Amino acid sequence: MSLFGEVPQATPVAVFKLSNDFKEDANPKKVNLGVGAYRTDEGQPWVLPVVKKVEKIIVADNSLNHEYLAILGLPEFRSSASKIALGEDSPAIQENRVGAVQCLGGTGALKMGAEFLRRWYNGNDNTKTPVYVSAPTWENHNAVFANAGFEDIRPYKYWDAEKRGLDLDGFLGDLESAPKHSIFVLHACAHNPTGTDPTHVEWMQVAEVMKRRKLFVFFDSAYQGFASGCLDKDAWAVRYFVTQGFEMFCAQSFSKNFGLYNERVGNLTIVARDSDNLKRVLSQMEKIVRVTWSNPPSQGARLVAITLNTPELFAEWKDNVKSMADRVLLMRASLQAKLQALETPGTWDHITQQIGMFSFTGLNPKQVEYMIKERSIYLMASGRINMCGLTTKNIDYVAESIHETVVNVQ
Amino acid sequence: MLTAFSVILRLDSTMSLLKYCKVISSIGTFSPSLGVLSTRNSSWWGGVQMGPPDPILGVSEAFKRDTSPKKMNLGVGAYRDDHGKPFVLDCVRKAEALISSKQLDKEYLAIGGLGDFTKSCAQLALGADSEVLKSGRNITVQTISGTGSLCIGANFLSRFHSASRDVYLPKPSWGNHTPIFRDAGMQLKAYRYYDPSTCGFDFSGALDDISKMPEKSVIMLHACAHNPTGVDPKPEQWKEIADLVKKRDLLVFFDMAYQGFASGDIDRDAWAVRHFIEQGHNIVLSQSFAKNMGLYGERVGGFTVVCNDAEEAKRVESQLKILIRPIYSNPPMNGARIAAAILNTPDLYKIWLEEVHGMANRIIKMREQLAVNLKNEGSTHNWQHVIDQIGMFCFTGLKPEQVERLTKEFSVYMTKDGRISMAGVTSGNVGYLAHGIHTVTK
Repeated sequence: MSLFGEVPQATPVAVFKLSNDFKEDANPKKVNLGVGAYRTDEGQPWVLPVVKKVEKIIVADNSLNHEYLAILGLPEFRSSASKIALGEDSPAIQENRVGAVQCLGGTGALKMGAEFLRRWYNGNDNTKTPVYVSAPTWENHNAVFANAGFEDIRPYKYWDAEKRGLDLDGFLGDLESAPKHSIFVLHACAHNPTGTDPTHVEWMQVAEVMKRRKLFVFFDSAYQGFASGCLDKDAWAVRYFVTQGFEMFCAQSFSKNFGLYNERVGNLTIVARDSDNLKRVLSQMEKIVRVTWSNPPSQGARLVAITLNTPELFAEWKDNVKSMADRVLLMRASLQAKLQALETPGTWDHITQQIGMFSFTGLNPKQVEYMIKERSIYLMASGRINMCGLTTKNIDYVAESIHETVVNVQ
Repeated sequence: MLTAFSVILRLDSTMSLLKYCKVISSIGTFSPSLGVLSTRNSSWWGGVQMGPPDPILGVSEAFKRDTSPKKMNLGVGAYRDDHGKPFVLDCVRKAEALISSKQLDKEYLAIGGLGDFTKSCAQLALGADSEVLKSGRNITVQTISGTGSLCIGANFLSRFHSASRDVYLPKPSWGNHTPIFRDAGMQLKAYRYYDPSTCGFDFSGALDDISKMPEKSVIMLHACAHNPTGVDPKPEQWKEIADLVKKRDLLVFFDMAYQGFASGDIDRDAWAVRHFIEQGHNIVLSQSFAKNMGLYGERVGGFTVVCNDAEEAKRVESQLKILIRPIYSNPPMNGARIAAAILNTPDLYKIWLEEVHGMANRIIKMREQLAVNLKNEGSTHNWQHVIDQIGMFCFTGLKPEQVERLTKEFSVYMTKDGRISMAGVTSGNVGYLAHGIHTVTK
């Protein structure tokens, strides 16, 4: 008799299962449009040139060791990462009311923020406080907040499948009807999975309602720089909300924009009313960190800190980021052009209107299945494709496949 | 009837402050330094209390602020060489050079971590010829060092060990054990372990307490180099404990953070873990490579569940992944690659064994020197326990007031429970330490 005899087999995480199935597919034409990692035009992972450079610097520096970081992480990393999100000249930073917790990737930052909110946000027990995530959203958002103890996780209207764009009225409507103090997870840019972001004017409307109805702002920023190619442009929404006086969290990931996926480099930026509130918040964050991972891993944070704090390296990084964003934009334009040329039924403007790594093609589950089974093109059941999986060599095959699928499968 | 006046009175202070803020921000500036505003009330975080500093890591932070040239950090368990400097192992540097030359990518690891690492991690603990490994009935996942491993383990038990909420920790145990298990929803209980009168193991007390533990309770055992006391059971005592634990049908959770560091011999230090498994205990095990590979800040660890068979291990693995994904998605690569390179490259492995042995030996030597120096200071107390205890830590027996004096008067930093990290002692400062201890205890 085993203590674990009753443990059921859990269903695998979809996006990783997809990658596994792709690996095992013998079709030479196979294309992986699943997991969100950047690929070069040769379909290869890309270690940023600036990262290689900084790694050499780190290896050569004998004064560096592997000692523990502080509980909240590497100070130079935390402050420079927050500056990236909020802007070098952010008044909030100047007012000493911005702090940060170095975390294990964007996931870790969301986790820390969620755990803190559950314990401290609106009274001492926020298990019943509603958490709103966009419909659809990154599949792990739900689990992060649920595991942090939140029992009421709800969708807010976001994607309009018919018009293939933002359902602004639905979004604003859900903001208006949400119970006061509800927590809203907002995608700072390059919405995952739809690639559809609110315009500036739309963000301003969202902010107005959130302020009036005292809703909590929790930004998820996993693609800064990756969306438009410009760091400042991609941070517009986050910075606007700061100017509106919100106390808020911003979970930052450096997985994509630094290509540091497996080093788990993330930052939870905290904007508080003032430094006193900030201090107390950080002290409680430490306690949560201590029972989860004690202190964060040093390698990735060092890399990012050195890069952000060294002008030439910072400039080189921005170039590297722009080149990734540019390739994605090129693939978007290419795919849209090819589908139009093929006269594939439907409208395909959303491919170029959407932004960031992902595109919500609009393909339904049956069509997705067809793509996978018949064409060995792997994408998520939601119809989400990773634009980075497209290359000049496979884009014709993908376009033709989409065409064939849309024509043959309804 | 509501008048405008009573409506205004009904507004809570937050609301009125937000309105005030809205007016300010529409003028174009918002300055929280407007002292009249009660900023606590205007903040979401007004009710957040200041958290107390971490009892262990807080010591290092206090140490950093001290300006005395003679200050000693005997708080956190991080190894120092005889010059008091952090020690980067040679095998680690070589592994890093090896890895650097391979120009590997940075793609996400699997949720359970680097396969090369988890395999060798399990092998290190269980022994290369372990029947468990051969039958594939263990699942080992890479974790964020020891803390991350305990966190995953505690939450796994909380979710799937429905038979009991009780976790029995030895008295005393590592300070962070309690909040980790409590946060996971388990109930903390204790069993006698340390005997202050002998500064040694309270064997009969432990057996007595274990015999009364309800069936299926979780019992936490430190595999070697008990933290904070440095007091380990002898093999014959471990055997009796194993028997009794089996009789009581308890779930064993081993915490092994110092394999190699205790005796200098990795197999000897894993003896208790291996014995329990041989005796049929399906244990859960946390491992850390922070100390024995000096990879502290890289966060390298493992969590193992020994299951009935490979099929069960697969089910458990799937659930561990479900647990890990919403915490940090997948673990960091750097440290795991280094550890895997060391464990899997014979030359590096050999160097590592020597270096671990060297670190353990230096500590043993410092213990001896401390005891000798205390005697030379003229101390009349019995300091035999300093030599008898094992591993990085020494439970001096100092009381909180004495600890406080040691810190205030001598700038010697340690935890309130009288625990010192021998790793922070050097041939250069052992005399000063002995003098300080003697002064506050005579």
